[in-house]
Amino acid sequence: MTTRLTILAAIREVAAEQGKTLAPLDDDLPLMETGLDSLCFAILIARLEDAVGNDPFTASGDGRLPSTVGELIAFYDNAIV
Amino acid sequence: MIASGCGCGRRVATRDFTLDVDRFAAAGSLGDGLARLEGRSVLLAVGDMAKAAAALIDLDGVARQIVLSPAGASPDALAALARAAAADALVYDSDAPAPQIDVATRVACRLPLAPLAAPRPARLVTEWAMPTSGTSGPPKLVAHTLATLTAAFRPAAGERWATFYDIRRYGGLQILLRALTGAESLTLSDPREGVEAFLVRLGEAGATHISGTPSHWRKVLMSGEARRIAPQRVRLSGEIADDAVIAGLSALYPNARVEHAYASTEAGVAFVVSDGRAGFPAGFVAEDGEVALRVVDDVLRVRSNRAALRYLGADAPALKDSDGFVDTGDVVALSGDRYLFVGRRGGIINVGGAKVHPEEVEAALNAHAAVRASRVFARKSPITGALVAAEIVLRDGAAADEVTKRDILAACRAALPAYKAPSFLTFVAELPMTDGGKVARHG
Repeated sequence: MTTRLTILAAIREVAAEQGKTLAPLDDDLPLMETGLDSLCFAILIARLEDAVGNDPFTASGDGRLPSTVGELIAFYDNAIV
Repeated sequence: MIASGCGCGRRVATRDFTLDVDRFAAAGSLGDGLARLEGRSVLLAVGDMAKAAAALIDLDGVARQIVLSPAGASPDALAALARAAAADALVYDSDAPAPQIDVATRVACRLPLAPLAAPRPARLVTEWAMPTSGTSGPPKLVAHTLATLTAAFRPAAGERWATFYDIRRYGGLQILLRALTGAESLTLSDPREGVEAFLVRLGEAGATHISGTPSHWRKVLMSGEARRIAPQRVRLSGEIADDAVIAGLSALYPNARVEHAYASTEAGVAFVVSDGRAGFPAGFVAEDGEVALRVVDDVLRVRSNRAALRYLGADAPALKDSDGFVDTGDVVALSGDRYLFVGRRGGIINVGGAKVHPEEVEAALNAHAAVRASRVFARKSPITGALVAAEIVLRDGAAADEVTKRDILAACRAALPAYKAPSFLTFVAELPMTDGGKVARHG
C-alpha cells in the first residue's frame, strides 16, 4: 500500500473508533479542520509508527510540522527512505 | 516472645521442609552463634523461607534489631540495607557462601534444628526492619516491633493459614506471625513451584485461610487446580482488588468469605473489607477508632498502632505527619457512599494534560468477559505526551484475534472517557510481576 492509502485508511479508522465525523480528505484540507482532535492525532501517529516503523514527528529535528492532509502524507513520504 | 512454646503443634511448611515451632523451646537454627548476636543489629540473608522463619524465631528477643532482606537480594543491595540499618551482624545460609558484608559477626543458619546448649537469652524488645515495596529508587527501610506487627490480630486457633507471599516482606511476615502466635499451621510457597503445584500442596494441607495479591489470585482463577482448595477465607491485599477478581473468587469459592485487606509496610494493616465489593465504605474515614483514616488531596492517610515506627537510614524522611498520619500514596475517589482506590500517586499517565490512573483502566478492562488480567501503561506520544496502552491476558476460551480486540476496546470507550480508554492493546500469555506478586509497573 502506498503511504497515501495507508495514512488515509488510518485516519478513517481512528475517526470511526473515536466517533468523529470526517470532512472530505482533500490534500489542501487543514489538519485542524479534518474533524480529528489532538487525541485522535496522537493515536493516528502512533498507529502509523506501528504500521510504517517510523515516527517522523519525533524524528523531526527542525520543528516543521505538517498543517494540511497533503503535507501530512508528504511528511511520511519523506521520512520513509 | 514468638519462640515461647505452647505445645500447640504449630508448624510452618515450605515445599521441602516443615518447621515444628514447639521445638524452638529447646533447639535452634543458629547454634552457639545466637549468643554472639545478642543486642546486635542483624541482617538476615538466607536462601529460603524455612531458614528465614527459623532465624526470625531464634532472633526475636535476642537481637536489638532484625533487618529483613528480600529473596535474592544482590550483594550491593545487601550492603545498602546493612548501611541503612547500621547492621553489625549477619545471619547467612549455611548452604551458601556468606555474603561479603562488612560486619563484626557472621552466623550461619542451619536446618534441621539443633539442640540449644543454653537457654535463649531473649530479653530485648527487638525492632524488625524491613524494606518497603516502593518501585522508584532503592527501597526504604522501616522499623516495626512485634507489637506493631501483631496489633491487628484476633485469635486464630484452629486456622490453617497459607500465603503466596514471601515471609521476608511485610505481607508475608504478617501471615507468618499470625501462624506463630496461634494458628494451627502455615503453608508457604516456593519460587520454583508453579501455581498448580502450590494449590495441590494447599489442598493436602487443608488450608483454610489463604492470602495473596489479586494478581496471585487471578493466576488461581486461570489454573486448572483451583478446586484443589476449599478455603474458608480468601484474602487479597497488596494491589487494588477490583470487582472482577472479587466476583470471580466468590463464584469459585461460594463457601468462603472473600475479603481484601488494605495494608502497607509503612502504614500497617489499616482495614479489611468483606462486603464483596471493591473499595471501602466512606464511613471508614474517621478518627475515633484504633485506626484513624483521613483523605488529604485525594490521598489516603493512616494513623494506627499497626504503623511502622519510622524510616531508617541517614537521610531518612519523616514517616508520619505532624498529627502522626502516614501518607499512603494511594489515591482514592468518593463515589456515593463508597471510596474507590484509583491508583498510586506516582503512577499517573498524563494524556495531553488529563490524568489517567492505570489501575482505573485495568478495572474497566478486567470487567470484560474475555479479560482475565491486564496491565495498563503509558506509550510516549509527541502530540499528547503519552497515550494509554494495555496488555491483556485472555480468559480460557477467548480468541486472541481482532474481533476480541475491537470488542474490548469498544467496551472501554463506552465505560471511560476517550483519553482513558486504551488506544493500543496486545495479548500476552502473562503479565510481568514483582517479587511481591504485584503487576510490575517499571517505576
